[in-house]
Amino acid sequence: MRLNYPSNVKIVKIPCTGRVDIMMILRAFESGVDGVFVAGCLEGECHFLKGNLRAKKRVQYVKGLLDESGIDGARVEMYNLSAAQGQRFAAVAREMTEKVRLLGPSPVKIGR
Amino acid sequence: MIVANRKPLEEILEMIRPYKKILLLGCNECVTVCAAGGQREVGVLASELRLSRAKDGNEIEIREHTLERQCDHEYIDQIRPFVGDYEIVLSMACGAGVQYVAETCRSKLVVPAVDTTFLGVTMEQGVWSERCQGCGNCILDKTGGICPIARCAKSLLNGPCGGSSGGKCEIDKEVDCGWQLIIDRLQELGQMDRYEEIIPVKDWTTARDGGPRKRMREDLRL
Repeated sequence: MRLNYPSNVKIVKIPCTGRVDIMMILRAFESGVDGVFVAGCLEGECHFLKGNLRAKKRVQYVKGLLDESGIDGARVEMYNLSAAQGQRFAAVAREMTEKVRLLGPSPVKIGR
Repeated sequence: MIVANRKPLEEILEMIRPYKKILLLGCNECVTVCAAGGQREVGVLASELRLSRAKDGNEIEIREHTLERQCDHEYIDQIRPFVGDYEIVLSMACGAGVQYVAETCRSKLVVPAVDTTFLGVTMEQGVWSERCQGCGNCILDKTGGICPIARCAKSLLNGPCGGSSGGKCEIDKEVDCGWQLIIDRLQELGQMDRYEEIIPVKDWTTARDGGPRKRMREDLRL
């Protein structure tokens, strides 16, 4: 498809967003990233039935933890898109990058 | 199990404000089951603390360690070799654990990261509810296995009161009336005659009212 998406987006592959753990996201922030988006399958279409719905709840929980830590929970988001939606992936990557750019760099300086 | 609740981060940050090297101590028992202070919660809290302190340019060194139990000497003794390397111990155990670590490591300030709440059960994953207040004189045999001390907001021994409506308690529409539960259960068991028996005034000296409690089994002592 030769689609472009911002080069600042680094992909961490996981078998299902149900594998996403709160600590994975927190560690990313500890290592100095400015934002994280979790790209799960469309709701209702999880091969493992509830993986993406669980991830959605965890992302919501992490938002609370980040807010509590003064990092701004808006730096983490959950998106739903199917593996066939390359266009949407590129659009989401751009959207999230833009959103995080507006929020500015992460106030956490460790690991940089 | 003893159920606890993680304290708000702000409160914890205030407790450890002057310190730069802390030992964050989890407990593998009750607080692990109620997801308040086990190994996972230690990891999450440590991460939150590091993020928060790094944000303020006041970085912190945290050693994450989880003991099998914090209410037994033999496990607390395991931190002796390195507890001295840290300025403060932040314990994620229940109040008993926090105090026992403090008693064992007398030279260290030990502070709590959780609020200990009640003795309860896991109703479903992520939901816990109170069942026992440890009154020291169990009357579950008389009440169909449902505790009026813990389940009735007024701990009435001969209920329900006038605040029971549609099976719910007047304190909150979400809270079941303990005495309604008892009556329903006694009916199920065909033991409604027990409901007719008046339960006498309770001797609360077996509960907290009698002062701090201690139990001893001479045959087990070394």
